[in-house]
This record gives sequence, structure tokens and C-alpha cells, in this order.
Amino acid sequence: MSIKIQKFEQLRNILPILTYQRFKDENNIVVSHDNLLFSLTCLKNHTTCQYKLLSCISGVDFLGKDYRFSVVYDLLSLIFNTRIRVKVFVNEITPVPSVVSVFVNANWWEREVWDLYGIFFENHPDLRRILTDYGFEGHPMRKDFPLTGYVELKYDESRKRIVVEPVKLAQEFRSFTFETPW
Amino acid sequence: MILKKKELSRELKNFTINFGPQHPAAHGVLRLILELDGEVVERADPHIGLLHRATEKLIESKTYIQALPYFDRLDYVSMMAQEHTYSLAIEKIAGIKVPRRAQVIRVLFAEITRILNHLLAVGCHAMDVGAMTPFMWAFEEREKLMEFYERVSGARMHAAYIRPGGVSLDLPLGFLDDVYIFATQFNLRLDEIEEMLTGNRIWKERLVDIGVVSAKKAVDWGFSGVMLRGSGLPWDLRKTQPYEIYSEMDFSIPVGNAGDCYDRYLIRIEEMRQSLHLIQQAITLISEGPIKTDNYKLTPPTRSEMKTSMEAVIHHFKLYTEGIVLPFGETYTATEAPKGEFGVYLISNNTEKPYRCKIKAPGFGHLQALDEMSRGHMIADVVTIIGTQDIVFGEVDR
Repeated sequence: MSIKIQKFEQLRNILPILTYQRFKDENNIVVSHDNLLFSLTCLKNHTTCQYKLLSCISGVDFLGKDYRFSVVYDLLSLIFNTRIRVKVFVNEITPVPSVVSVFVNANWWEREVWDLYGIFFENHPDLRRILTDYGFEGHPMRKDFPLTGYVELKYDESRKRIVVEPVKLAQEFRSFTFETPW
Repeated sequence: MILKKKELSRELKNFTINFGPQHPAAHGVLRLILELDGEVVERADPHIGLLHRATEKLIESKTYIQALPYFDRLDYVSMMAQEHTYSLAIEKIAGIKVPRRAQVIRVLFAEITRILNHLLAVGCHAMDVGAMTPFMWAFEEREKLMEFYERVSGARMHAAYIRPGGVSLDLPLGFLDDVYIFATQFNLRLDEIEEMLTGNRIWKERLVDIGVVSAKKAVDWGFSGVMLRGSGLPWDLRKTQPYEIYSEMDFSIPVGNAGDCYDRYLIRIEEMRQSLHLIQQAITLISEGPIKTDNYKLTPPTRSEMKTSMEAVIHHFKLYTEGIVLPFGETYTATEAPKGEFGVYLISNNTEKPYRCKIKAPGFGHLQALDEMSRGHMIADVVTIIGTQDIVFGEVDR
């Protein structure tokens, strides 16, 4: 399940790792976005790594931090039966290099991150929205995007078509936290 | 009439059609833009997101326990497999060990869920291709399995039965007897379904050599589950990265060699037989004992304890108002869901709500390979390929 620590030392010799974290038996490495393509190519093809399978790419929004977004690549090595997580931290205006040239299936995962977080992927072959509606505005998974959204759709009987209106809440949105449970 | 040469050599344009989102063979709400050259698919562009319900966003605003039922509603034909993954992720961050009886019950239901899913996958696939009967037989069996769901949780589908720390309730009396009866008769039902399909000339004509994926391609596309095993890679998380009690159970992993739709169909059938074997083992392995941890920060105390212990009442109150508080941590926990590797990437920040809960759905990864798998095939084969990928839009769109 996990690579050994001395193997991590080997990893450090071949990769430009910024930080290494270990949580339970899971390995995380943080690389800078300039070195991302190189690191992933290396992890994929190096004889001691062989992380051939990209499980998923997730975006995370750390609102209020300097490097607001993190893009997380979960890799799996079928040969060594290990997983590794590669992270990249970027701010709102820095694009992340697209890894479609290394992992083909990064295509949709990157489209998803772009759609939900608005992290731009450089050199992506087809960066369109994927999960949200046609013509949707904004990036809904950002922490500053309200849960209820900004617009609502409904069928207008008089105009005989679907209309988009600003969202109207019958009751003000309440966020229940432990400090204010009701 | 004399035709001018210029008119004769007029360039032919490819035909583009919209497949779905209301097509019955599109398995829900898949909108597929197909570029056709005659009847041959040149390019397929799946448009997904028509069932997007912002599950991940909603989970971020709910407590850990409140978020659990959303997992039933992702892939709505393999409900408990997903609760299971989520529960395992929470247990990993909290560092909780689950009692043995709960683990066996979880395995029992994980395998019931696998049969539930594969019955639908094979049944609907057969119906898309034109065989109506196996679908009916499969649904009759699914009904029995959903009755098992109902008996333990009260809900036929969205059970919310597997919870962090164990399972929510103990098995009712006589439950295992009925599961045993089911397990002994189900083999015959499978034989009947196989009789209709496996040797069937039409079925084979439609499936053999359709949607061939080589082992290398399967890895490149990030496939998992049956899609990966169909291409000849013996990779099953129950074997390679065992969780619960799978490491001490005896089962084998069917592997295909051609990587076509027919191989994947055979694997699904064989996996159902293996699941039956696992269910029978689980029935023999099950022992008396608690069904959830006694760590009351994660699981509620029993009713009888609450009648005598003040502390238990406080724990109960805290659990249902505040919820579970997980320390700082993150994990990517994956299990072998019936459709493939279902993963939960959970980030906790010492509060009662998950900071981020990314859901890695196997169908999402499989569907993006549809373009390559269907290229060069006939338009009717697209239906076969969608069927073999076992796409369910609840999990693809999330």
C-alpha cells in the first residue's frame, strides 16, 4: 500500500519535491506547478515508480490562503501496488499545465476541475465545461460560491419556455454550525 | 441528363446526430453527439452533467453523518458499496477499528450489492441489445435482494445502513437463513440467464469483438473494475489492497483475454457466482458480537444504555446535534465497487463538516473512453458499448 521511507529518499533524488507528507499509510508529495509535467512523467515512467494509472484529479479551494487552489493527482501503480498523491498549489491567476499529454484520462478530470473551480489548465486540448449546465456562469465548488447559487430555472407558463431568474429564497439561508446549532 | 463533373465530386459531409438525453438505451441522461459516416461512428462526444446535483458541494455544508445518504444516491444501483467507501474513509481518518461482526455484515452486503448491480448491468445490457427475457428474470432476483436491504434498514434502495464505525442496526432474526436460501437457488437463476445469452448466436454477434480495449489502453484510460479485468489485468482491490475481511476469504478474480464486450459480460456473470461464494462464506464466518464500535464519538450508544447512563445520553445528544468531529487529515480511500474503483478523497479540518469530499466515480473514467471505444463501429454498437461500461448517471454526474 505504501512506499517505504528509503524509497522516498530515492524519489527525492529524481524529483523536484517541495514537501513530503505522510498521513497514515498514504504518501503525498507537493511539487511546484512548473515541475508538474516533469514529475508526473517521471512517476509514470521511472522503473522504480511505474505509476501508470491516474485514478483521479481533484481540486481543493483553500479560501484565504496565498496559494488558494490545490490540484491533487491520485496515482496508482499496478506493478508495485502503491498509491501516491501529487499536489500542486496555485493562486487564482496562475494556470496549471495540463497533463493530458502524460495521462490521456486527465482530459475530463481537468475539465471538471476547470468547471467547478475555475483553475485554468494550459495546453488542454478541449477545455469546456463538463458538469454544469450549458451557459452556466461561475465556478460552483469555490468556497465563496453560495450553496443555493445565484440563478434558478423555471418554466414560464405565459412565455411557454424555460426562464432563468435570480434565486429567490422563501427563507433566508441558514448555515448550522456547532456554535449556532439553531 | 448530363451531370457536370463538378457536381459529381461534391464533398460529402458527415452526418451528426444527437443520441439522447431521452433515449432509453442511453442509460439515463447521456447526451451523445455522434458524427456518422453512413452508419459508422467517426466521433462520439458525450455531454454529461444533465443529472448534476452538486453532491460534493452539498456534502461540504453537511455534517459527516448527514452526508452519508448522498452516497446511496450516487450510483443508485450499488448503494451500499458507496456508503461503505465513505465510512471506511471516515474510519481511516478517525483511526477506528470496526468490530468483527460488523465487518462480516459489511462484506455480506457489499457482495449482495455486487449481485444487485451486475444483475442490472447484464439485464439492461441484454435488453439494449434486444433480449428482453433475462432483464425480467434479473429484476425478479433484484427484488429479492432489495428485500434484504429493506429488512435491515427499512429502505429498499437508499439504505444508509453502513455507517462510520459499523452498521446502523443488527440483522433481524432469521435473516441469514433467508440469505442462505437465496444463495442456494440463485445459481440456477444465473444458469437460466446464461442459457439465454452465453451461447446465443445473436448475443455473440453483437458482443464479440465490439469495443475492444487492450490492456495498455485500459491502464492509460484509468479503467478499473470489470473494464480493467476484461482486458486481462488481474486487478481487484479486494485482493490487492484488501479491506474488511476480504484477505481471509476465498474467492477468485475472473479475467478476460480479448478485452471485448463479450468478455466483460462473462466476467460479470462469473463475479456474481464468486459473490455467491463470498456470501456463503460470510454466513459461516459471522459471529456474535457488537455491530458498531463503542466509541461514542462516532456511533450512537444503544437505547438501553441511554436509560441508565447519563454519559450515554450526553453522547447521544452531542452526536445528533454536533456530529462527528474528525481531526485534521486527508485520505483517498478506494474500494472495489461493482462498477470499478470507487474512491473518496476526504479532507477533514477538525470540525464536524468535511472540508472537501471528492468522489471518484468509476463511470466517469469509463465514459470518457467511449469516443475511442466506439470509433469505427456501427451506431448500434454504441449502445452495446454504453451497456458494457455499465454507466449509471447518478455517479457520473454526481
